[in-house]
Amino acid sequence: MNELAAVIPWLGTHKPRAARWVVIVLMITAPLIAAFFGRTWMRVLDFALLYVMLALGLNLVVGFAGLLDLGYIAFYAVGAYTWAFLASPHFGLHLPFWIVLPAGAAFAALAGLILGTPVLRLRGDYLAIVTLGFGEIVRIFMNNLNYPVNITNGPQGINALDPIIIFGWDISRNWQVTDNLSVNSLFFYYYAFLACVIGSVIFIQRMQVSRMGRAWAAIRDDDLAAKAIGINVRNVKLLAFSLGATFGGVAGGLFGAFQGFVSPESFSLMESIMVLAMVVFGGMGNLGGVIVGALILSFLPEVLRHHAVPLQQAVFGTVILDPEVLRLLIYALALILMMALRPAGLIPAHSRYSRPELLKAEPVPAEGRA
Amino acid sequence: METLLQQIVNGLVVGSVYSLVALGYTMVYGILGLINFAHGDVMMIGALVALQAILFAQKMWPSLGPLALVGIGLVVSIPTCMLLGYVVERTAYRRLRNAPRLAPLITAIGVSFLLQTLAMIIWGRGYHSFPQLISTVPMQPIEGVFVTPVQITTLLVSAGLMAALLLVVNKTPLGRAMRATAENHRVASLMGVDANKIIAITFIIGSALAAIAGVMVASNYGIAHYTMGFLPGLKAFTAAVLGGIGNIGGAMLGGIVLGLVESIGAGYIETWSFGFLNSSYQDIFAFIILGAVLIFRPTGLLGERVADRA
Amino acid sequence: MKKSLIALALLGFGVAHAQEQVVKIGQVSPLTGGQSHLGKDNENGARLALEEYNAKGLTIGGKKVKFEIMSEDDQADPKTATTVAQRLVDAGVKGVVGHLNSGTSIPASRLYHQAGLVQISPSATNPTLTNQGYPGVFRVMANDIHQGKVLGEFAVAKLGKKVAIIDDRTAYGQGLADQVDKAVKASGGTVTNREFTTDKAVDFKAQLTKIKAQNPDVIMYGGMDTQAGPMLKQIKELGITAKFLAGDGGCSSEMFKLAGDAIGANAYCSNPGVPLANMPGGKTFNERFKKRFNADIQVYAPYAYDAASAIVEAMKAANSVEPAKYLPALKKVSFDGVTGKVSFDDKGDIKGGAITLYQATGGKWEPMK
Repeated sequence: MNELAAVIPWLGTHKPRAARWVVIVLMITAPLIAAFFGRTWMRVLDFALLYVMLALGLNLVVGFAGLLDLGYIAFYAVGAYTWAFLASPHFGLHLPFWIVLPAGAAFAALAGLILGTPVLRLRGDYLAIVTLGFGEIVRIFMNNLNYPVNITNGPQGINALDPIIIFGWDISRNWQVTDNLSVNSLFFYYYAFLACVIGSVIFIQRMQVSRMGRAWAAIRDDDLAAKAIGINVRNVKLLAFSLGATFGGVAGGLFGAFQGFVSPESFSLMESIMVLAMVVFGGMGNLGGVIVGALILSFLPEVLRHHAVPLQQAVFGTVILDPEVLRLLIYALALILMMALRPAGLIPAHSRYSRPELLKAEPVPAEGRA
Repeated sequence: METLLQQIVNGLVVGSVYSLVALGYTMVYGILGLINFAHGDVMMIGALVALQAILFAQKMWPSLGPLALVGIGLVVSIPTCMLLGYVVERTAYRRLRNAPRLAPLITAIGVSFLLQTLAMIIWGRGYHSFPQLISTVPMQPIEGVFVTPVQITTLLVSAGLMAALLLVVNKTPLGRAMRATAENHRVASLMGVDANKIIAITFIIGSALAAIAGVMVASNYGIAHYTMGFLPGLKAFTAAVLGGIGNIGGAMLGGIVLGLVESIGAGYIETWSFGFLNSSYQDIFAFIILGAVLIFRPTGLLGERVADRA
Repeated sequence: MKKSLIALALLGFGVAHAQEQVVKIGQVSPLTGGQSHLGKDNENGARLALEEYNAKGLTIGGKKVKFEIMSEDDQADPKTATTVAQRLVDAGVKGVVGHLNSGTSIPASRLYHQAGLVQISPSATNPTLTNQGYPGVFRVMANDIHQGKVLGEFAVAKLGKKVAIIDDRTAYGQGLADQVDKAVKASGGTVTNREFTTDKAVDFKAQLTKIKAQNPDVIMYGGMDTQAGPMLKQIKELGITAKFLAGDGGCSSEMFKLAGDAIGANAYCSNPGVPLANMPGGKTFNERFKKRFNADIQVYAPYAYDAASAIVEAMKAANSVEPAKYLPALKKVSFDGVTGKVSFDDKGDIKGGAITLYQATGGKWEPMK
């Protein structure tokens, strides 16, 4: 949260306490603001929080431990399908969410361990391409495991997943306060997701300043030196990898419950790359940056979808490019330009636990606490 | 037996397509250590530009023979792609040479996206039928085993290009400069090599290869489309890694091996797994092989060195 | 800047309101990505229907009505589908034509249902869609069960008893192929192979070679024209003499471009509905479509046209544009669309749903007797 507060221009550097309050108020009132513009935006906001969780998890792997994972979405898929198996009519199981969600997290962590054990000795780009392959393998299996025994229902996907039910309260239903006033379920989902995100942030923050966090930083900066000072490189990497996977699994479970339908096409390579782009765009290794990156990049497509046509009509008098085309175009250009002009991300990481060369000109804040 | 032979022929043909694309990939990766995700899309642009040129030529000079048309397609698309490769390198990649290693990768993904979107704007969303100028009438060199002239041509073209590249890299001053830059571009600069120029030339050659690959792939399958580059690009990269990244002969070999594995795997996996797996797992082979090779033999089949840029 | 734009938009609406009632109809299909040509086709079909009704000038509930299409891109992605569905709900559309795919129609249908909207899919054929118990969900195309049965029976009765089946592992292709598989076995044929590819593949030789070894009479493909075309070429290149059979996804004019000289009397396909030429409004549909959009019909445009028409016809019958009011009328609607007679059964599936078989003759699909 301190990172987020520090992002706010002027206020963040001059009145950190006030900035922190701004962040808190924004967090709480965000769905109300979104609702003002229409429920679409609340839905986008809910999805954005899921992406924040994904980005936080991937940041743990890429930003902290320096392991480039291009198949991260596979863990998301594991979480979502766990929910589908344990809480949907598909197998007729309807376990409560406090069993299903941890189960999804555990399976994702297990998948992380299984994948991580052989591949983590690889470095850099090789690791990236192998994890990319792993992501595709998981998707292909989910797409095909309906024959000869039907496990995943193949490309048809699994429908009617149970929603999140807290003490008998189904948060996917609108809450009818009075006849005229009802609170939309998108609000409840927002706060449920927000709680998960806050929990993750606190956990990851603690992790980052712990012994383990420093070990990750050491490995990321110099694998060999880390080994020389007695860090068990293999185990520490594995932990980062499966912890990151765990967050993916949780996000996946929430996604399944929120959407009520899972199918393999939601877990394509493009999704992995989207999440990676969020992390890199925001600033690898910086929680605030990653959160801002995820929020911006998940809102961008929707903002374009809304404003591209009226804007073109106002400026040119006619629609030159379809909003869909424009969205892809701007997204691609944004990636390229961002990297060209600000390669360390929107909000570069603190130097204390990150790579110093990312912050060439900026002075190290003396009291900087991650 | 016929079936096995036919599968081997199929594998060789798919493999030669992978090889063609992999050659360009491996050159760029070998020298820059950059996964140029956009390489497959440069290939796509090459195919579509050639298609445009061929259609135009057919309209203007209807009497032209097929070979002349292919020639016109290549003559137009190769320089277009070379220019494209140069522009991309100059504007997007060059300034990232000392950036954290993820930045160029993200840029490459962005470029790939950008090229696809531009192609969609220019050529529309539909599949285009690519004129089959090289004959596709099947021949039977062995009774029951079918192969078409265009497939043989594809195989020959990739072998020829590989030989030409090997010559350039190993026997010319340019090649020496390339190898020096690949080793360490800062030191190469100190030795009087203009590293920027060498890298730009690498990109240009890689893009020219992509253009040729695009024309061959499109004439082989008879279609061109704005997403035709991505998946073959990915598999070609796999092929390049399999053969030993940066190794030109390896790219060729990796492509062929990958093609053979895919086609024989898809043909026989059902029998081997007692009916549990089937040809829907065809796309998995590439990735499994890739993982296995990297874990057990990270230098690839013919690799000379481990790309260690972590 | 943004504020002035909003003001501008509001102003625009204000002017429109003064003269006539603007009724927005949503349309959703993938407008980007590999299926975007089909998505655009659907959009055009629905747009043509609404524009023609506008040209006629309708009065519903005492007000002159002007239809406006609100077209959204779901990228064939379930998550995006729910987002754009929410957007349509927010925008206050009175009905939705879409989505193109079953995988996007199903998650989106939940939102439309909660909002009390009517959704008519032109092309989603997965039986699950109308089995969810949502009263507002319809489709104007016969579902996979029906089409698969016709295809399978036809293959065994007319083309030969040994059938090899390939599908593209999409919800559509796999669903159809499974139904054909069942029908072939039920009518006494044998399925020699079940092979699989993807909706992005261009090379099918490995699968076809394996099929060739079993020497089937027919090869059935469950998938789209973009794969079926090149597949036909490769069938020829491998010297396979089996006949080729596809569902509606392969029943397009695009096939003749993509398959070149490999397509001939050996190729058959099926399409729900009766042939365009046999329909009262169908003869001119082709021309009207071509004239308006300067593009050929791909596959589903006539269905999108009928889906949009069904909504408007129900509005006319109920004399209201509100979904809650015209839904009962839609359940009873019955009119001659371009794809055939349009009326729905209890679940929302199209009634009767004739399936026509076509054979490739002289560069186009000719309906068979």
